[in-house]
Amino acid sequence: MAGPTVGGMTEQGVRWTAEQVLALAPDAASRTAGGKLGTAGPWSEAGSGEGTVWGLCKGSGSRPYQTVVDLADAAGPAYKCSCPSRKFPCKHALGLLLLWSGDDGSVAPSAEPPDWADQWLAGRRRRAESKQDRSEGGSASGSADPEAARRRAERRAERVTAGATELEQRLADLLRGGLAAAEQAGYGLWDETAARMVDAQAPGLAARVRELGAIPASGAGWPARLLEECALLHLLDQGWLGRDRLPDALAATIRARLGLPATAEGAPVRDRWLVLAQYDTVDPKLTTRRIWLHGAASGHTRLLLSYGAAGRAPELSLPVGLALDAELSAYPGAGQPRSALGERHTPPAPAAFRPPGTTTAEAAASYGEALRDDPWLESVPVTLTRVIPVPDGDLWQLADADADSALPLTRAARSRPGLWRLVALSGGGPVTVFGECGHRGFTPLTAWPEGTDEAVPLC
Amino acid sequence: MNGTTSTDGATAAAASSWEDLVTTALLGTDRRPPADRGSGRQAPLALLDEAAMATVRRRAGLRPARVTRRPERAPEDPRPVLPAAAARRLATLLADRSGGGTGGRRGSSPDLMELLPQWLAAANAHGYAAPPQALPALLDAARGRTDLRPAALEFAGPRALWLARLNADWRFALRATPGRGAALPDPKDAEAVLRLWQEGLFAERVALLGVLRAGTPELARELLASTWATERAEDRLMFLDSLRTGLSAADEAFLEQALADRSRNVRTTAAELLSALPASALAARMAVRAAACVALDRTGNAPAIAVEAPFECDSGMERDGVAATPPAGRGERSWWLGQLVEAAPLGVWRERLGGRTAREIVALPVTDGWQGELHAAWCRAAVRQRDAEWSRALLGSPSAPEAGGPGAVSLAERAKLLAALEPAERAGWVAGFIATHGLSEAFQLLGVCAVPWAAPLGRAVVDALNIARDAGSYPWSFSGVMGLTERCLEPAEAGRLEALLAIPDEREDAAPGAGGYWAEAFQRLVTTLRLRAEMARELAPVSPVSPSGGAACGGVREHGGQACRASGGGVPEDTGPRSPQPPAQPPEAAG
Repeated sequence: MAGPTVGGMTEQGVRWTAEQVLALAPDAASRTAGGKLGTAGPWSEAGSGEGTVWGLCKGSGSRPYQTVVDLADAAGPAYKCSCPSRKFPCKHALGLLLLWSGDDGSVAPSAEPPDWADQWLAGRRRRAESKQDRSEGGSASGSADPEAARRRAERRAERVTAGATELEQRLADLLRGGLAAAEQAGYGLWDETAARMVDAQAPGLAARVRELGAIPASGAGWPARLLEECALLHLLDQGWLGRDRLPDALAATIRARLGLPATAEGAPVRDRWLVLAQYDTVDPKLTTRRIWLHGAASGHTRLLLSYGAAGRAPELSLPVGLALDAELSAYPGAGQPRSALGERHTPPAPAAFRPPGTTTAEAAASYGEALRDDPWLESVPVTLTRVIPVPDGDLWQLADADADSALPLTRAARSRPGLWRLVALSGGGPVTVFGECGHRGFTPLTAWPEGTDEAVPLC
Repeated sequence: MNGTTSTDGATAAAASSWEDLVTTALLGTDRRPPADRGSGRQAPLALLDEAAMATVRRRAGLRPARVTRRPERAPEDPRPVLPAAAARRLATLLADRSGGGTGGRRGSSPDLMELLPQWLAAANAHGYAAPPQALPALLDAARGRTDLRPAALEFAGPRALWLARLNADWRFALRATPGRGAALPDPKDAEAVLRLWQEGLFAERVALLGVLRAGTPELARELLASTWATERAEDRLMFLDSLRTGLSAADEAFLEQALADRSRNVRTTAAELLSALPASALAARMAVRAAACVALDRTGNAPAIAVEAPFECDSGMERDGVAATPPAGRGERSWWLGQLVEAAPLGVWRERLGGRTAREIVALPVTDGWQGELHAAWCRAAVRQRDAEWSRALLGSPSAPEAGGPGAVSLAERAKLLAALEPAERAGWVAGFIATHGLSEAFQLLGVCAVPWAAPLGRAVVDALNIARDAGSYPWSFSGVMGLTERCLEPAEAGRLEALLAIPDEREDAAPGAGGYWAEAFQRLVTTLRLRAEMARELAPVSPVSPSGGAACGGVREHGGQACRASGGGVPEDTGPRSPQPPAQPPEAAG
């Protein structure tokens, strides 16, 4: 990254907004704590220049904390703070960025970093350069022994096959005895089966089996839902066992569904990617972050996944409504939106555009189409234009403003505070909504009101 | 599922065969063998094959449902759009609501939720419209704190009421604004006003009366008089009470008539209102009665006031609102005296007591221990008649020793008397009080001072805090005043406080660690002041607002509120939709 250009932009064009800063926060507590530090009071000697921001923050101790943030790195912001917090970024870094985003003159623009900040920045730049040299030097040194890797993959395939075969047997037993018996067996039956699938190194199967356990308690109509999910699991087993006879793309989809490792080997697509939505799902072991991107030129909607171990925020964070010039590489598999973020040519910057949208009828049809490539697909990313949230008893619909056609909202979407933000934003009038459309209904994730291109996150 | 309809047509057969599959699956293929379709596979696997096909077919065939009844459009909010920076600030203030801050020691960071009321007041003064996406958080905040409701609902505007009709949690908004906005007719529309007055609900009628009283008080009174005889007693009381706004001599005839009301509460209220009109006939009658009880006693060396309390409460007094029965523990005669003096116009005393001014009268000794009773009644009269001269006289000098103690006039009464003075004089008096008596009794008095505090008052408070620190006490002994100072001190004073931020050397007689806590408390004060200054700056209009009031001449940046990312919490509580694809690596490998 050439200093001058980034520096110039940092002073004017790409000063972040407060939401964009707050989106970096690892959790709600940090967001609140950072928000309180986003005022001039505790800060001194704050300055910014060449894409970095620094300052001294008065804490409870006698020595102020030294906080530096490097925004110029296209691989995402980097933080350094002398405080003992293990949150990343810490509240001081968030507060400093908020102060800078507020643009009230308390962060001196175009300043020279003090020594303590400069040392760290110089170190980072040095490391970045040497890393680049290494990668240019050749990647042959990466995989040590292709023969050994092949043998490992074969061994794993054998285990998965054994697991899939066992699962088929268990499903057959279940259907022979009847689903009614499964209701009595409760979670235990499924947890044990799921553990067997973990042993078989098929995490995708294990996750599906675990979810089966919750269905008998999910209310009226559970036998039909349980049968559906059992049947799709069976379809996945059969797909794996018969993968030799399938087209390559479908076989890759099945590998992905089973949770087998894959690398993003698709050709890099460089585009101006608009961040459509970012949300986390948390389970005790793992936080999964999903980021939906929309390419301005390619028109593609792609998914980035990022993980954080137990209670830690995933490292990748892209504020909704910004766009970045970057390369994405697709993971293999037919109908798979997942991609990996490659080189970033610019940091995320405010973008005044929204994705083109469709009608509810087209959205439902696109889900149907997508099932052709991937019958296990739960939903597809869709942008709806000119839709209105409509109450439907305890439920909600998103209705076309210009047609008698509506998609129901999913159960999960109905219980989120974002639903009310969407309703308030609409005020009974048409809005643009991005979300996930599937057989359970529509989950709104981001909305754009009429007349502005300002994205309002709903999740 | 979930109400999405299938492309029903030739699929009735498919549906019935799906039902069939589910029944077989539920009972088990052992008990209910499916018809052999000649696939040669085991019965359960054949069933799963068929079910898989049916499932994918059904999902692929899902089509949108019909639209249920669409909601009506929310009314337009004609107010100008909130500047973007102010919209972000609002989101932060609202997000702090859940963020604790109540428990434990307060750190050096500002209490954002406490700043919400003045933010709302300032935004309302500018007349901005709330950003729609902030409305849910705003309504939630107002739901939790009733004191926020009036300002929050005014700012939230018509769309919030529209929203409240859709969510039972926000019903309070509909109750709190009876007929606010659209429902109330234009006061100039005589026909509509009359119709609402005759047919409206009680709350609507009270609201109507309130609105009319503010603009055309005589119209409101005539409306009330037209139906007065047929109203229920408790309604009459409420209606009468709304005449407080815009009270004038023109109301006297009506009030005089209400003195003969069947309900005693109505009579008392009418009398109270009349006594607030010094030129009224009731005030004159009371003046005669009160003057008969209080006289100048020239028999001693120096002039003094002699008091002879009434011996009876006659029917005339009762008709004029004097309560005959005293509360338990009070003598009848002093009780009657208090009421007479309270209701008599203060102007009567100058002539009665030898042409003296209020200050001279208050300085006169009172014989036989009647001083407390008499001065307390004068206080109530000064408050009721909003008489600045008498209030000033009764307040006395703020630096007088008795001002700090219980004395004849309680702190609560002082606070009320202060309200009759001009803001600058009020602030000056409280500043003088604090300079002499310190902060321990000042909380109530500070509460009636205009915000932001006038410069002398602000300096007096800061000096007193500084003295308290030097005296070695802990800052939380002054947490009430400290909190008020954070909210009310003029933000420009922040610069003068810099010197207080350092941690002083610990002295022997000081409480351990107090210096550090004081530095922290002053730091919070300075931070809060800076934040308030920033808030005010953000709310200043970006560019001259165009006559239309809507989208002004600014560019995209000015248009539309900012996303309130911080208010919702980024993490959905439940698992959400399942991943379109499971992680490509096992969780163990992700760390």
